[in-house]
Amino acid sequence: MKSFRGEPSIFRDRDHRERQAELTVTDVSLSFGGVKALQDVSLQVNTGEILAVIGPNGAGKTSLMNCITGFYRPQRGSIVFNGRDITRLKPHELVKVGIGRTFQNIELFPGMTVLSNMLLARHVHCRYPFLGAVLFLPRVRREEVRHRRVLEEIIDFLELQAIRKKTVASLPYGLMKRVELGRAMALEPRLLVLDEPFAGMTLEEKEDMVRFIRELNEAWGQTMILVEHDMSIVMSISTRVVVLNFGQKLAEGVPEDIINDPEVIRAYLG
Amino acid sequence: MKKLRFHPCGNFRERYEQELTVFETDFGRLWTTLGIVALFALVPFVASPYTLYVINTIGIVAIAAVGLNILIGYTGQISLGHGAFFGVGAYGAAVLATRWDWPLAAAVPAAGLITALVGMVFGLPSSRLKGLYLTIATLAGQFIIEYVLVHWDTVTMGTMGITLPPPSLWGWEIRGDVGFFYLIFPVFILMLWMAVNLMRTKYGRAFVAIRDNDRAAEGMGIAIFPYKLLSFAISSFYAGVAGALFAYYTVSITTEPFNLALSVEYIAMVIIGGMGNMAGAVFGAVFITVLNEILRWGTDMMMNMGIFGSMGLNMAPLREFVFGLAIVIFIIFEPRGLAEVWRIWRSSFRLWPFSY
Repeated sequence: MKSFRGEPSIFRDRDHRERQAELTVTDVSLSFGGVKALQDVSLQVNTGEILAVIGPNGAGKTSLMNCITGFYRPQRGSIVFNGRDITRLKPHELVKVGIGRTFQNIELFPGMTVLSNMLLARHVHCRYPFLGAVLFLPRVRREEVRHRRVLEEIIDFLELQAIRKKTVASLPYGLMKRVELGRAMALEPRLLVLDEPFAGMTLEEKEDMVRFIRELNEAWGQTMILVEHDMSIVMSISTRVVVLNFGQKLAEGVPEDIINDPEVIRAYLG
Repeated sequence: MKKLRFHPCGNFRERYEQELTVFETDFGRLWTTLGIVALFALVPFVASPYTLYVINTIGIVAIAAVGLNILIGYTGQISLGHGAFFGVGAYGAAVLATRWDWPLAAAVPAAGLITALVGMVFGLPSSRLKGLYLTIATLAGQFIIEYVLVHWDTVTMGTMGITLPPPSLWGWEIRGDVGFFYLIFPVFILMLWMAVNLMRTKYGRAFVAIRDNDRAAEGMGIAIFPYKLLSFAISSFYAGVAGALFAYYTVSITTEPFNLALSVEYIAMVIIGGMGNMAGAVFGAVFITVLNEILRWGTDMMMNMGIFGSMGLNMAPLREFVFGLAIVIFIIFEPRGLAEVWRIWRSSFRLWPFSY
């Protein structure tokens, strides 16, 4: 891979420290009644890397993502992000902390256009006060235009120009996934959590998505966790891999080691 | 010179600001301006006192309907307590004006704020309840407020009612239907404009997100419960201001009009007008108020005609029936309400006379 497009200038004035995304998950356990979804799972995400979480069905991958993004609350263990304990924070507070996500089953707003879907994600970046909004002061107008510029950069990046005014419900599945990635990018997260970004895609769509994710990581420096099943994709994009099985961590390491790990081969790769 | 846009046959926008305008075309802006000018310069002098009374009532009711539309149409939280909130506004203004001699300019916004607080209290169940269950919880609010208005007679004078002093605004004595026309409609236009502004900023977007998919809304950093409460507060504020204007307009208020039937009437306005559409709420207010007057006129006429006399009495409950029928017809044939009918009718002119 070469000649990545660089990060657009509208983002470039950000402080370098705003890229920092150090996530430490320590001994997280989650159970639903008698079902132990996660048992003492620990992992570490470092700034600038792509961590892939793999495992068979029901291994607890999505549960782990939901714990990290605040949709589930683990019974034991702690999750620390950039030195701050985020175990008990709610999803909307985590967005402010800098964790953005996509969902396994697309959770877009189907009746809205692609653009208004993405505009929603700018919510936490809107700084104007309530009274300013009521009177639609010039500064509100300026800020709205600025948000729109940011979105246009993301639209350019993800090649969504042709569909920006289309309602999401009218789009094919693969494009919806791409729009959802765009919406998560509009949150400007430090850590992007992608829950099965390649699920249900055709080969071409997967190739496009791999290109976007690699470019996002290498040119924009975006830190990511992603859940994935397709081993060839995992091998080609991830910095490190964590393998889950029945709620427990089976292995962790660089892709080359994981693919040769006898435990992983027995449990997952077959 | 700025290029005027009338009916472009495509998207020729060049700046992002152009997507933030209230009116899509300069044509719409022109007509609205002309409409407002005609409204203020012509209507009060042409209309008969009765017509002017109906128009004023529409203005008051439309303020409340716009507010309720923010709650029902945009945030997706159905409130069956808006008739009572309207009453809280009316009583708030009446008590402030009679007990503490507050002037109109202070009493009306204060009544709105009081109602906003009351609305937030009755919006609290929305943290746990959704859909139909929340509707029932707000129904409880309707009855609680009605009970309080009747029985807290040290403040509300109970069934005696309150008579308000004649209002004046910075030396301007507001008298008669014409006077009130010049009070009600500027307030209505101001509040409509504020609602439109709110809906094109992050607050409106957050409301719509909560309505459409609250899980995803939370994932986008929107705190669901505070925004639901905010929606209740804004919507009740509108109801309160409308109620306060109503109190001044009718001079003497009792608790009777602020019942469940009024709440249902407001919901009917929002549904018939078009949920989630600002113009829709206004259309709904016009439609329901005019329908009300026609039905009243119809039943009155029947009662005065010898042979139909007894029939007229039997026909009185027919008003509710026609109401229900109108809602059902709209839900079946045009769920997006009068606003959609208006849009379709308007766009049929776009290619006129050479439409295909």
